[in-house]
Amino acid sequence: MAGILSIMFMRSYFSLPTLSLRFIPVWQRNFLVWRKLAIPSILGNLADPAFYMLGLGYGLGGLLPEVGGVPYLTFLAAGTVCYSTMNSATFEVLYSGFSRMHVQKTWEAILNAPLTLDDVLLAELLWATSKSLLSGLAILAIIWALGLAGFAQTLWLIPLIILIGFCFAGMGLVMNALSPNYDFFMYYFTLVITPMVLLCGVFYPVDQLPTWLQAISAWLPLTHAIALARPLVQGGEPQQVLAHALALLAYGGVGFYIALVLTRRRLLK
Amino acid sequence: MPLLNIQNLRKSYGPLEVVAGIDLAVKKGECFGLLGPNGAGKTTTLRLALGLTAPDGGTISMLGLPVPDRAREARMRVGVVPQMDNLDPDFTVRENLLAYGRYFGLKDAETALRIPALLEFAGLEHRADARIDALSGGMKRRLTLARALVNDPDLIFLDEPTTGLDPQARHMMWQGLRRLLNQGKTILLTTHFMEEAERLCDRIAIMDHGKIIATGSPHELIGSHIEPQVVEVYGEGVADWMAAHSGTYCERTEKVGETVFCYTRNSEALVQQLCGRTDVRYLNRPASLEDVFLKLTGRDLRD
Repeated sequence: MAGILSIMFMRSYFSLPTLSLRFIPVWQRNFLVWRKLAIPSILGNLADPAFYMLGLGYGLGGLLPEVGGVPYLTFLAAGTVCYSTMNSATFEVLYSGFSRMHVQKTWEAILNAPLTLDDVLLAELLWATSKSLLSGLAILAIIWALGLAGFAQTLWLIPLIILIGFCFAGMGLVMNALSPNYDFFMYYFTLVITPMVLLCGVFYPVDQLPTWLQAISAWLPLTHAIALARPLVQGGEPQQVLAHALALLAYGGVGFYIALVLTRRRLLK
Repeated sequence: MPLLNIQNLRKSYGPLEVVAGIDLAVKKGECFGLLGPNGAGKTTTLRLALGLTAPDGGTISMLGLPVPDRAREARMRVGVVPQMDNLDPDFTVRENLLAYGRYFGLKDAETALRIPALLEFAGLEHRADARIDALSGGMKRRLTLARALVNDPDLIFLDEPTTGLDPQARHMMWQGLRRLLNQGKTILLTTHFMEEAERLCDRIAIMDHGKIIATGSPHELIGSHIEPQVVEVYGEGVADWMAAHSGTYCERTEKVGETVFCYTRNSEALVQQLCGRTDVRYLNRPASLEDVFLKLTGRDLRD
């Protein structure tokens, strides 16, 4: 009997997410805390990528002929939108999410109320997506302000930013579920995020890389994000939109599901 | 019908059976204490009752609903004070209550109406806008209790509510819990303070190694498990005294370190005998729940 029950519960670790609007008060809690700390948070999230883009774009760009058919700053702008969004979502679910789960035990308090872990994790996913939307929009605002791209053509970047945030929030939650402490996240940054920044075409076109690195790049989600973003910024029409969008959705969705299973195993044991 | 009814509940972690088949029924309006040394399975029992983890066997019903299947709905009418405070450090006192109310589906306006009474209950009327890190340990604990009341629950779980509090803060906490009992609330608390259990609880279950080894009111437990008088004897001559006399004057003795505990129905003769001696000192007192607890669970340290 005990065996059967524990097998049933093992299965319930693996059950599909129950999506419910109950996530809203948890999302709201994160939003209200963010609002209190908004100024340093905005500076950290926005100023950093903006300085990279402007510094490298003008500084390095001045030495370069056109890259990918456009001035280097314009080339860099599309990559910066994507990686800034990625960083913002990743930091939120890793460091802030881990604080709420493990250090402050905020999740534990919430789970004593009539909410479930599925509600909490959905709230974290959507909150990180929302927060990273701000980071992406800020870079987009700079693009508009500098006249690097037209307003109408770049509006499609907004749903793309949401998709990128979703993708990296879902992936990051897996790390959160596995992490014993903050130091653990360094593996993820060193082995996943940094290679992505350097291999996915943020700073230079992927076709500059040797073929074997290009092959790796093709599997990385940031490559798919940039494949959509760059034509949008440069006034072209993205190719294979559905395939790229599905890749981002799959990384985020599968990540979220794995994270949910692992977090159930961690907290509901 | 009991508000919480647990039957033959089991839960193992690997080879270790943390909850090894317990039965427990908490009646409406009573304060039920779950006592046990560290690692006895008290917190796991609470987590199981709240539906935060699934049992390996047995049944749980809370407020008439099966747990864990409908635990989420049952928690609508339950308040929980966890062992470690987990207040939101980025929010003020008032914001903590508002945020917690939202988890129960309460609108901010509804919670706002309840906040003055909750703050009065917690003795935090003038601290509504204080940050959490500006509160003392006792204030945080009382705020955690007030937070658990935000949904006006019928059943309140408290996991070691006064651990780490100074005597003043502990007494204030006890007063608060008595007020709740007077209002007709039902309380299930875990503790390893016998005094707390003796003062507050109508009924107690003593738990050890995942099993309930005794149940009853504090008086019943003392009456049925232990002799009513205790004489503690200590001092240089205690070994000689014990060898010569202890068996003569009391039913049962126990030597712990340098102290001999003598348990007896009538301590008069023993006290008279001890009075004249200069090489030992003694303390004569009525038996307490702590004596029962130590008798049943032993004196070994549990780490």
